[in-house]
Amino acid sequence: MSDSGKDKTRTVNRRQFMGDMLKTACGVGLMGVGLGFYANKADSLPAMAIRPPGALPEDEFLGACIRCGLCVRDCPYDILKLGQLGDDVPTGTPYFTSRTGPCEMCVDIPCIPVCPTNALDHSLTEIKDARMGLAVLVDQESCIAFLGLRCEVCFNICPIRGEAISLEYQHNDRSGKHALFIPVVHSDACTGCGLCEKACILEEAAIKIFPMHLAKGELGRHYRIGWDEKDKAGKSLVTPDIEHQYNLPEGVRYDLQGKGLIFESEGSDELPISSNPLDTLNRGLEDK
Amino acid sequence: MAKQLIVGAEAIKAKGWFGAYKWLILRRISQLSILGLFLLPVLPGRLSESTGGFFASFWNSLLDQWPSLEGMWVVKGNLAASMTLDVLPLTDPHILLQAIFAGVEPHRDAIIGVIIVIGFYLLVSGRVYCSWVCPVNMVTDAASWLRRKLGIKSSARITRSTRYWMLGLTLVLPLVTGSIVWELFNPVSMLFRGIVFGLGTAWVLVLSVFLFDLLVSKDGWCGRLCPVGAFYSLLGTKSPLRVVATKREACDDCMDCFAVCPEAQVIKPALKGESKGIGPVILSSNCTNCGRCIDVCAKDVFNFGSRFSGVEMNKVSGTAGQQHNPG
Ligand code: SF4
Ligand code: SF4
Ligand code: SF4
Ligand code: SF4
Ligand code: SF4
Repeated sequence: MSDSGKDKTRTVNRRQFMGDMLKTACGVGLMGVGLGFYANKADSLPAMAIRPPGALPEDEFLGACIRCGLCVRDCPYDILKLGQLGDDVPTGTPYFTSRTGPCEMCVDIPCIPVCPTNALDHSLTEIKDARMGLAVLVDQESCIAFLGLRCEVCFNICPIRGEAISLEYQHNDRSGKHALFIPVVHSDACTGCGLCEKACILEEAAIKIFPMHLAKGELGRHYRIGWDEKDKAGKSLVTPDIEHQYNLPEGVRYDLQGKGLIFESEGSDELPISSNPLDTLNRGLEDK
Repeated sequence: MAKQLIVGAEAIKAKGWFGAYKWLILRRISQLSILGLFLLPVLPGRLSESTGGFFASFWNSLLDQWPSLEGMWVVKGNLAASMTLDVLPLTDPHILLQAIFAGVEPHRDAIIGVIIVIGFYLLVSGRVYCSWVCPVNMVTDAASWLRRKLGIKSSARITRSTRYWMLGLTLVLPLVTGSIVWELFNPVSMLFRGIVFGLGTAWVLVLSVFLFDLLVSKDGWCGRLCPVGAFYSLLGTKSPLRVVATKREACDDCMDCFAVCPEAQVIKPALKGESKGIGPVILSSNCTNCGRCIDVCAKDVFNFGSRFSGVEMNKVSGTAGQQHNPG
């Protein structure tokens, strides 16, 4: 270890030796600062690169992944790649691109147990619990479901169809008589596998996988949702709701925040209020 | 000057071309076949016994026994961590240490792997990694060869201990940043991983190492800066396998070994230390056990031996024991 002296003659005095040492230390120290700053910049992950299932949060991942590529080799679908110098992905770290090669959600998740450092969390054993990212239907203007056409390809391809992505029916204002079948992603079930992005029939996918931090909003920490809190507490947490009184004809109730007008005599032929408005308007006049 | 241009000429005359390059050739075979194993994509399926002969029937019977062999990678991963035939894990201790400093708790395979690797290098001397495994060694050897051919003498003064500062740096950075910073730059893992998984623009880095060694500093990368080599040299401080100047009295001062050795400072004590009572074993852990000094010596002064051979030598020659450790 002390081979530094071999470069110099024996007459090197102590002061010169210390000086050299200081110079080296300073040089290396400066370099460290440089490397640190560069690393900070180079460590950012582009939005379209998705980490394999079980990957730790990005900053922890970069401290854990030793860039061995074992996960790459053990992925039977060969979708994982290691970032190369010049790519936007931190050099040597694994990622996949949903549009070209999505994660097929293997039930045994073979990429995880081979990871030597827990960069891919070994406690993830159920692929449905993976959160690689989140599908977002980013472009409602080009998704043909919003145009009123039946597509639903993304819905149908989803391995957790119905839970991660569902179809919601909406009125088609354009035609006035049809329904829109709108794909809606649910973050409590979507794994971010990317199969939907791969399958989207458009030139450029309307549904895309984003890393969680880009895909999700977050309520202010102080924010409480009233009805959730009420459910949790089992009662109203503010002034209890007062029962409203309505001045209504006999046989009619009004349910605020519910069904609205309720006709109690439903079933019987005669309604308390005639469906013909003239009857109501002329009431009293007839009696005379 | 003229002398510099024909390093090893006498050895070729005395031992023949093969004799003068024996260890170099073996090292290249070792480095390339290690790379090759990682590249060998998948094991074949059943072979036709009519054309494949004995090997085919042997292979087929293996497949009958272990059907999972078919389509399996021989070695998965890269030097950072690998898995051979799904049974033998190997892990690079320097990289794992960086990860541990960044807060990682390694898994069982990684721990077994690192124990095997450390054990191996404790035995054969750490820097065997540099000369028999590391792919960058081929680059820096080429630079050093060209340097001799072109007679480039100038060399920036970078002390050889810089590498230990670098090593410290690689271990401090993950402590401070929580990220394995050095592996974003490490030309060693970059080149090896590059060849196995795709190089990208990492060749620029490799080219700069080459040019740095050629034009800026003699043996600059491996001999002065590389923290990987520094790490492995520490593993090899007490390893038994060493190069020994067994016939040092036959040395005719041609200086060829000093010219080819990437760590020339390690040779002198062993080769010239007899009068000072220093044994003939090259004890410095920075000797890479590359064997070039053995190849290039027309008088066969050097040979592979053990660090204890020096002690016997000293007994025979009656000089004082091995107090001086030039490493
Ligand atoms: S779950 Fe399967 S398809 Fe997805 S990354 Fe892992 S091995 Fe590849
Ligand atoms: S197996 Fe783990 S450490 Fe190796 S490249 Fe994949 S995530 Fe990184
Ligand atoms: S990414 Fe798409 S396909 Fe995959 S789980 Fe989420 S919605 Fe389904
Ligand atoms: S596949 Fe694409 S176009 Fe079709 S419904 Fe899904 S997002 Fe819209
Ligand atoms: S002393 Fe010999 S074996 Fe050791 S590094 Fe130098 S040339 Fe190689």
